[in-house]
Amino acid sequence: MTSKQKFLYFIYLHRTGLTVTGLSLALLLLPLFEDNPYTLGLTNLIAINAIVVLGLNLFIGYAGQISLGHAAFFGLGAYGSAIATVTYEIPPWPAMILVAAIVALVALLVGIPILRLSGHYLAMATLGLNFVVHTILLQWDDVTGGPSGFSGIPYLSFGNFEFDDEVRLHYLLWGVTLLSLLLCLNLVRSGVGRGLSALAGDEIAAAALGVNTRNAKIKIFVLSAVLASLAGSLFAHCYSFVSPDSFTIFTSTDMVIMVVIGGMGSIWGSLFGAALITLLPEWLDLFETYKDFIHGGILVLVLMFLPQGLVTGLVESIKIKLALRRRKNAST
Amino acid sequence: MLQLKHVSKNFGGLPALSEVTFGVPKGQLTALIGPNGAGKSTLINCITGVLQPSSGNIRFQEREIAALPAHQISRQGISRTFQNLKVFSRLTVLENILTGLTCEGGDSMIMAMLRLPHLRHRERQLKLRAMEALDRFGLTDKANWPAGILAYGDKKRVELARATVSRPQLILLDEPVAGLNAEETATVGEQLRLLRSSGHTMLLVEHDMALVMDIADQVVVLDSGKCIATGTPGEVRQNPLVLEAYLGRMDATA
Ligand SMILES: Nc1ncnc2c1ncn2[C@@H]1O[C@H](COP(=O)(O)OP(=O)(O)O)[C@@H](O)[C@H]1O
Ligand SMILES: [Mg+2]
Repeated sequence: MTSKQKFLYFIYLHRTGLTVTGLSLALLLLPLFEDNPYTLGLTNLIAINAIVVLGLNLFIGYAGQISLGHAAFFGLGAYGSAIATVTYEIPPWPAMILVAAIVALVALLVGIPILRLSGHYLAMATLGLNFVVHTILLQWDDVTGGPSGFSGIPYLSFGNFEFDDEVRLHYLLWGVTLLSLLLCLNLVRSGVGRGLSALAGDEIAAAALGVNTRNAKIKIFVLSAVLASLAGSLFAHCYSFVSPDSFTIFTSTDMVIMVVIGGMGSIWGSLFGAALITLLPEWLDLFETYKDFIHGGILVLVLMFLPQGLVTGLVESIKIKLALRRRKNAST
Repeated sequence: MLQLKHVSKNFGGLPALSEVTFGVPKGQLTALIGPNGAGKSTLINCITGVLQPSSGNIRFQEREIAALPAHQISRQGISRTFQNLKVFSRLTVLENILTGLTCEGGDSMIMAMLRLPHLRHRERQLKLRAMEALDRFGLTDKANWPAGILAYGDKKRVELARATVSRPQLILLDEPVAGLNAEETATVGEQLRLLRSSGHTMLLVEHDMALVMDIADQVVVLDSGKCIATGTPGEVRQNPLVLEAYLGRMDATA
């Protein structure tokens, strides 16, 4: 091997680690170049959405299921943290973990019966879950503050260091997002992850290879709910204020669209999808007004032409073209 | 090793299997033959837990498995291939083979997310074993191809490699050479013979009579869901019932 080949091989071998490192460095330096609070506020929102989308993408892309109700877990996390820290005066960090544990339990109890369903039925059931949670947030005034929302949620802090401005929040939120990204990457590249890819490919074949398909689906559902709950808690502490509007079924469908844009089962795609859909309304005024139409349109178009999702679909078709060319070369 | 007793399966009242009884002895290759629609695939599905038999017992190594879910049956050491291929087309060839080692890769999602050192070590070992299997089936140069673009014959070999890489106790093969040309059939036949000589127990569903008569130790004949004959290839070939039910009809249709 020449040293150039060696170098390229090294890059190929460590591509995941190198990409994570590169991204971390870029995010570390970003506030030095861009300190406009508005822009950082947007990238912070991307980070929060990305955490939810990572988990949801595992559920849709690997467990091969659908959920139109993840905003429910996002909302439970947000309101859970708000109520725990303000009403019950539990310190924010333990509150966040306690809430995530409760959400995990809720997801488990909901998941066991509804994951017997599939397709449209599962979509309807998760939609129903979202309605129930949203209605509770809206109607249970005494606890949630009702339609006017819940304010006065404390910032997160380490000792005297409070995460109270966009730059500090940038480091906190992206720190958590990168950590989640790393955990998800590890998961899909492990033996367990291979079982999950088998499950995504064909449920019967996966079971024949020893994958406990029912358990795997439930576990992924719980994992995605926990990530959504953590994102919700961060959301609450980041804005000090939450209202039921942030956790409607439209939030859920936006999350699904982020997954679809990024591509089913693509961890990196999740990041891209979250960024694109969070930023689009900023770039196009038109988008603001007709948001739901455009989102719906994107969803339909991607699913019609690239059922694996936009980014994965494109990457995969390129990969297949390359492989076919290699196959042709090999046979001649 | 595997013992079926009075296994029946109905689909909405229509019997697909009735009272099937036979055994698969350890270390031997048992062939299961019968005309199309005889219930061969249904029987494999019942053994592997894809379907639940309507009645009857299936014992594997002294353990009743008829009521177990598919993944637990697989974990007892029973692996299979599918008549209509179930290769994971989005995964590479190597990854496909590695899915055959799923049970050995560890179970805990949390440990996997933390990527603990002992898991990384095990991953490397599994990869080596998968590469060996690729080598055995002549797929090494295609290890990193997406399995979806493989030719039909290669996909069949991927399934075979995936089903055998974990060194299962019992391998169920549902028409592994259907649709292959003579040359490919010969290679697969050679690989089956190798597997048998290395002590694997197999149940082979096959239409290719020449192959069956050549490599089977025991032949079980199924017709309209009933087991009509069991014996060595020589015995079965001379059984008048079989000639009439199976070979006769084959001649008529051929
Ligand atoms: N899932 C099913 N539902 C209803 N009928 C089925 C099903 N699977 C198989 N059958 C019927 O059972 C019979 C046996 O089929 P099969 O086991 O595929 O035969 P073979 O593999 O021997 O060709 C056929 O008549 C087929 O139509
Ligand atoms: Mg069949």
